Amino acid sequence: MKLYDYVLSPSCYKARLMAALVGVKLDIRPVDFHPGAEHRGPELMALNPAGSIPILEDGDLVLTESSAMLVYLAAKAAPQWLGNDTAGLAARVQQWLSFSHRLTASLGAARLHEMLLRPGNIDALQGQGTAALRELEAGLVEQHIRGQRFLASDRPTVADIACFPYVALAPDGGVSLDPYPAIRLWSRTIRGLDGFIEMPGIHRLHELKPEPVPVVGEA
Amino acid sequence: MTRDTMIDGWYPVSLASQLDAHGRSTALMGEPIEVRRGEDGNAKVTGGNGRALPACIRYGHVWSSLGDPQKPLFAIPEADQPGRRLVDVGVVRVRCSPLRAVENFLDIAHFPFVHTDILGAEPHTEVQNYKVEIREDEDEVWATQVRFYQPQAAKSAEGGITTEYMYRVPAPTCSILYKTCPPRPGEWDVITLFVQPLAEDLCDVWPWMALFDDETPMTDLIHFQQTIFVQDRSILENQIPRLLPLDPGMEIPTRADLTSVAYRRWLKRHGYTYGAQLVAQ
Repeated sequence: MKLYDYVLSPSCYKARLMAALVGVKLDIRPVDFHPGAEHRGPELMALNPAGSIPILEDGDLVLTESSAMLVYLAAKAAPQWLGNDTAGLAARVQQWLSFSHRLTASLGAARLHEMLLRPGNIDALQGQGTAALRELEAGLVEQHIRGQRFLASDRPTVADIACFPYVALAPDGGVSLDPYPAIRLWSRTIRGLDGFIEMPGIHRLHELKPEPVPVVGEA
Repeated sequence: MTRDTMIDGWYPVSLASQLDAHGRSTALMGEPIEVRRGEDGNAKVTGGNGRALPACIRYGHVWSSLGDPQKPLFAIPEADQPGRRLVDVGVVRVRCSPLRAVENFLDIAHFPFVHTDILGAEPHTEVQNYKVEIREDEDEVWATQVRFYQPQAAKSAEGGITTEYMYRVPAPTCSILYKTCPPRPGEWDVITLFVQPLAEDLCDVWPWMALFDDETPMTDLIHFQQTIFVQDRSILENQIPRLLPLDPGMEIPTRADLTSVAYRRWLKRHGYTYGAQLVAQ
């Protein structure tokens, strides 16, 4: 499976992260997105007329939407990540997969503006990003009340991986995560998953120090 | 603080390869400027009031100044050696003081924690003794004999090696790193950080490299350096205070911070304080 990839792209990272979590090895083909704008060049435009990355190729199959890549990787290697056990769960997963596009269009565009100088109305993008984060925070709080740690279930699904990168990187676009304790806890839970990999701006959890123990003999 | 003492300096304002007739609107120390390619093919830079600013093209970038530069742009003789690959890494904007961006570049101790498994790894966190001096003749800050264990020092490095470094600060917002060159022992890879000060707490950073590496695809070289720099970016945007403190009472440095101490001392001596905080607040 070949991934046309940019190391700083949160959408590309979704595919890399999902593959790592379900144990699929990707053949990475780096794309000079910045400063070279290679994704707008003839080779990649022929593959994806939308001019976006990531692109995932597996034999005849060419995927250009990151949510479809998550579903494909999960269906191939770890179907429990699809979350289609019940009608309600399947629908909730789809709800968050669709929602994730709002994160890309708001927080993702704000990040490109603030970091790589792409055009955009930064106040509007940050405002839309904040509205999306508030919605996500409310959704995660409701999940906690139901006793569930992840967006759609008590186990991680493709919905979590679709939403996690742009949320975790919101501060890159000047949107703080300080007001959202449920989002921060969820982010920590995802970073603690077996097989988790990081990307620039998303740091791994460093090993926690051992519990402090009282020193015998001290007053 | 004031920009007066830094106004005659040269600053990067564009990639030379992206210079076009349409031009680019940007800023230098609070003043809006325009950068474009003139009809004669040379770079033209215009200041806020329409006046023509000095311009030159060097090390992959267009350089300009708001004042009247008394000296040509600093020399990097190694960059002109034949056989080097010249890498335009591209701009990254950071909401931090331009001086803090340089200071972070000079720091070795953060490698295992911020660039984990690339430029450093626990438990190899010790910064061994190294030499720091302000070279009076060149008027530059130099750190030499810096050695650090690195799991993947460069794209061309196979596995962990102890890497030797030299750091050089030839201008208040520019730093050059010389680093052991895995494919060509005896030569130094050149990795630079050119910082364009937009405001006291905002900068555009233009990393650039001149490497001996005939194997690695150009995109991989770009991505390696972008990965490193964007790992730093989130740290830089969260440093407090936002301006670089030059008051010795503000922070307590350790031995590992000798380069930073010399850099701050040199800035203070010259009054290079745009982006700095002189008195602890």
